[in-house]
Amino acid sequence: MRYIDLHAHMVSRTTDDYVQMALTGCVAVTEPAFWAGWDRSSADGFEDYFRHLTDFEPKRAAVYGIRHFAWLCLNPKEGEDRQLAREVLRRIPRYLESPTVLGIGEIGLNRVTRNEIATFRDHVDLAIEHDQLIHIHTPHLEDKYKGTRTIVDILTEYDRIDPSRVMIDHAEEHTLPIILENGFWTGLTLYPQTKVSPERAIDMFERYGTDRICVASACDWGPSLPDAVPHFALAMRRRGHSADLIDRIIYHNPIAFLGQSPKFDVGTDSARRNGAEKALPRSESDAKSSAGVAAA
Amino acid sequence: MPSGVIPSPKTGRELVDEYFIENRTRLLEIAAFLDRLDRTDATLVDRDYRVRAFREALRLLEDRPATAAEAQTRVERIQHLLSDPTTEPLEKLDVKSARGAYDRWQLGVA
Ligand SMILES: [Zn+2]
Repeated sequence: MRYIDLHAHMVSRTTDDYVQMALTGCVAVTEPAFWAGWDRSSADGFEDYFRHLTDFEPKRAAVYGIRHFAWLCLNPKEGEDRQLAREVLRRIPRYLESPTVLGIGEIGLNRVTRNEIATFRDHVDLAIEHDQLIHIHTPHLEDKYKGTRTIVDILTEYDRIDPSRVMIDHAEEHTLPIILENGFWTGLTLYPQTKVSPERAIDMFERYGTDRICVASACDWGPSLPDAVPHFALAMRRRGHSADLIDRIIYHNPIAFLGQSPKFDVGTDSARRNGAEKALPRSESDAKSSAGVAAA
Repeated sequence: MPSGVIPSPKTGRELVDEYFIENRTRLLEIAAFLDRLDRTDATLVDRDYRVRAFREALRLLEDRPATAAEAQTRVERIQHLLSDPTTEPLEKLDVKSARGAYDRWQLGVA
């Protein structure tokens, strides 16, 4: 089995998680910039986060033969602070030149406030100006329907947006049709508590087919599983679905979406290993100091 | 319910054989959750919108659409029951995280 996890917050995960992902067939991850679970105090804090995403994390992943790509933004959970958003947005363009940055994300809405919407539009404008792919977070729980509806309405106002270059993620049963009908890609995030179970994700594939739908773990600092995609594959087999159908969903679909960026490439195994050898210092203590992580 | 575009490889009987036990467990978990709330405070259903929403959602489990045209699935109907139906943005951020249900009864939390 081989797969791509197109939504994984690896900065929050341990190296053991990379090992588990590599052992279960993960060849690439893409990591959208998101909330740390607490509000960052300055634009400088975001800048360090962008350096982490574009420099350190690809090297850490390469050790296990996994390609790491990133999406950059100020996330919707912090989008209410307009002044901070403007400062962070000003700093993003120079990181877009990084060879592993695929686009702007995960932008979107949290509680659907006027300021969040303004911050969302600023990011969409930035993506258009720099011809970037867009990855979008939709709110959770009771806010998901309203937030998804609002996001789709805003995006369809722009004539310069090609919906096939936009992924509107975290879809559930009541939002998937709105997203697909408007030509966007969507994602089902397999979270143990608040999002979609493998069984419900399979139901959605059976109802709507596999076009423009991906699955991802969305693993982060909360209760989540870095191996959620292989768990999905196992649940597919248990339901009687074929290996070809599973491969289409967990490998070919992410490539079809992400491959629209010329930077995305899953590479060959030997190329990935060669990258890893040059990438990280060998010893664990060296790796920790270069990450700026205090030894526990 | 609308038929899917990828047929289930398993028959109905096979789905029951494979998944009945684990879903029986989920059913008992929900029953036990409601019993636990009753044992603690049986008035919650009138005082906490999350409990009210939960109880109303349970009623939807038994509903079947009258016609194919209104063939929303159970899960879609429950998702909508739990969702904020408004369309206007909030003037400013109220709380950072969602609570899982929309207070259409103006009950607040107990
Ligand atoms: Zn995320």
